[in-house]
Amino acid sequence: MSKLFSADNVSVRFGGLQALDKLSLDIDEGTIIGLIGPNGSGKTTFFNAVTGLCRTAGGQILVDGEDIAGLHPRHVYQRGVSRTFQRSRLCLSLSVFDNVVIGRQNALDLTLFGNLFRRGRFIESVRENHDRVRALLSTFSEPLAARTFDPLHTLSMIDRRRIEVCRALIANPRLLLLDEPSAGMTPDETHEFMSDILKVRGDHPRMSIIIIEHEMDVIQRVADRCVVLNFGKKVAEGTFDAVVADPWVQEAYLGSS
Amino acid sequence: MASENQWVIASALVASLFLSFGIARTKAGRDFAAILQNSGSWIVLLIPVAGLAIGLALHEEHFALMMLATVLIYALACIGLTIQFGYAGVINFAGIAFFGIGGYTAAVLGGMGLPSLLVLLAGGLVSAAIGCILILPVLRTKGHYAALITIAFVLLFRSFLEVNHTLGGPQGLRVESATIAGQSLFTGIRIGSFEASFYLNYVLLALVLLAIFFLMARFLEKSWIGINLDSMREDPVGAAVFGVNVAYWRIMSFVIGNVLIGIAGATFAMMQTFIAPSNFTFQQSLLMLAIVVLGGIGNLWAVIPAAILVVVVPEKLQAISEYRFLVFAILVVLVLRFRPNGLFPRSMRNFRKEVGQ
Repeated sequence: MSKLFSADNVSVRFGGLQALDKLSLDIDEGTIIGLIGPNGSGKTTFFNAVTGLCRTAGGQILVDGEDIAGLHPRHVYQRGVSRTFQRSRLCLSLSVFDNVVIGRQNALDLTLFGNLFRRGRFIESVRENHDRVRALLSTFSEPLAARTFDPLHTLSMIDRRRIEVCRALIANPRLLLLDEPSAGMTPDETHEFMSDILKVRGDHPRMSIIIIEHEMDVIQRVADRCVVLNFGKKVAEGTFDAVVADPWVQEAYLGSS
Repeated sequence: MASENQWVIASALVASLFLSFGIARTKAGRDFAAILQNSGSWIVLLIPVAGLAIGLALHEEHFALMMLATVLIYALACIGLTIQFGYAGVINFAGIAFFGIGGYTAAVLGGMGLPSLLVLLAGGLVSAAIGCILILPVLRTKGHYAALITIAFVLLFRSFLEVNHTLGGPQGLRVESATIAGQSLFTGIRIGSFEASFYLNYVLLALVLLAIFFLMARFLEKSWIGINLDSMREDPVGAAVFGVNVAYWRIMSFVIGNVLIGIAGATFAMMQTFIAPSNFTFQQSLLMLAIVVLGGIGNLWAVIPAAILVVVVPEKLQAISEYRFLVFAILVVLVLRFRPNGLFPRSMRNFRKEVGQ
């Protein structure tokens, strides 16, 4: 397996606060890493640093050997890094289709001439994209795939999460960052969503995933490897069982007993 | 005008307002909105057909035709504002300044004997070019500060005109009336016993322009660009993470909108044959925005009834014409309080028909 992504001594500072302190992390193609740690330990900050939403104060973020630290979010996306948000960032007033298809920026004809004057071709490309969106949605849930033109705000929590994941998947990314996908879900929904993630993995065998999660069951079931953060530092790394047995983790995250 | 006549108009106004408040909630109202939204491009023909019918019925009434042409020209400008504010979320308080730039361009270029259609186009392009300079500081700021820059610009624009002697200073400039295909629009059409006011010519010109740009704006809304604009308006950060070039689309929408506003301004100037700085006050800018907000932000069709309300009512109802800004301010506050999406809210884009669902 080849190394797809590697963060090398990445630091992020907010004023006097060291949000990430020389974090290093490697991912091989096709693996899932669980990123865990207490609130404020820098997990989401790490995602924001990777996707270009916050500045790094040092270090390299390499995708296929190219340093993407400091790139604009849009350029990070073009290099195959895609994500979901802990607090959903979907457009509630738009349809399911609009929300998902936006991820296909590079494949869409965005010229004024093409959109205004070649309507025949535009409608053809709507059909083609609609088929894609439907096919992707139906890998999660058939009833959801039938609702492509429903307003997003009519969807349930779990369906909204699925839409977020679909939007992140539509351009076939190489690295998918999932920020606490089970937040706000019932245990049943969480369970269902875990199966979805494993399905995604089955369909995209070469894609790597980093998942931030507080539900230990989820991590145990889906992650190949775990990385534990505390105060912006990596405190442990390894398989789930090894990490949970680590005394550092016991104290910092699970509570010392 | 007789006082009982004023009462008739006032009660008609109140009745139509109540009707507008209610109509979007009735089934018939929703069905009608769905027809307007989902029908093919032919539905846009409703505008020239209805406009022509009204224009012909009023063919001898100078004032009524001028009002009609003004409504159509304002509607065209407000389609530009809808692209900027309704779609892309770029607030533009300087609408009337770009309208004025179009007008002054028509005054300067029209005097040089250029073809009128070219002058109209130039009005749009000069507006867009000056808008390009203004958008640069707007892009560096967020939220209310961007609005403040456009407010500063509209105030600056008027002061600039008043001290600039090449552009006529406070007295303003004369504008050459349009000549299209050898026919001066300053002479009314005469066919046999049918004689029309010259304003009918401008009604026709405005109808053609409005229909064309209305259709283009409709295409724009229902396109990949429209989806991009909506997503970045709702969540610029989220859109950027999925590859949307937010700054580019802000500039584009501002430029496209200003082209429309500039063309509208040039048409208006040619019709009036005279423009002065006092035509382009900040209050006028607010009236243009009031049309967009009252109608329903982002709903192209709503621009037309809202333009009628804002342009015609104060002229017809002399009792309120002095207080028009007060009346519209109250109306906008009421609409924003009780119907934040406007009298005729925009309906969600879908491609059901295109994919055969």
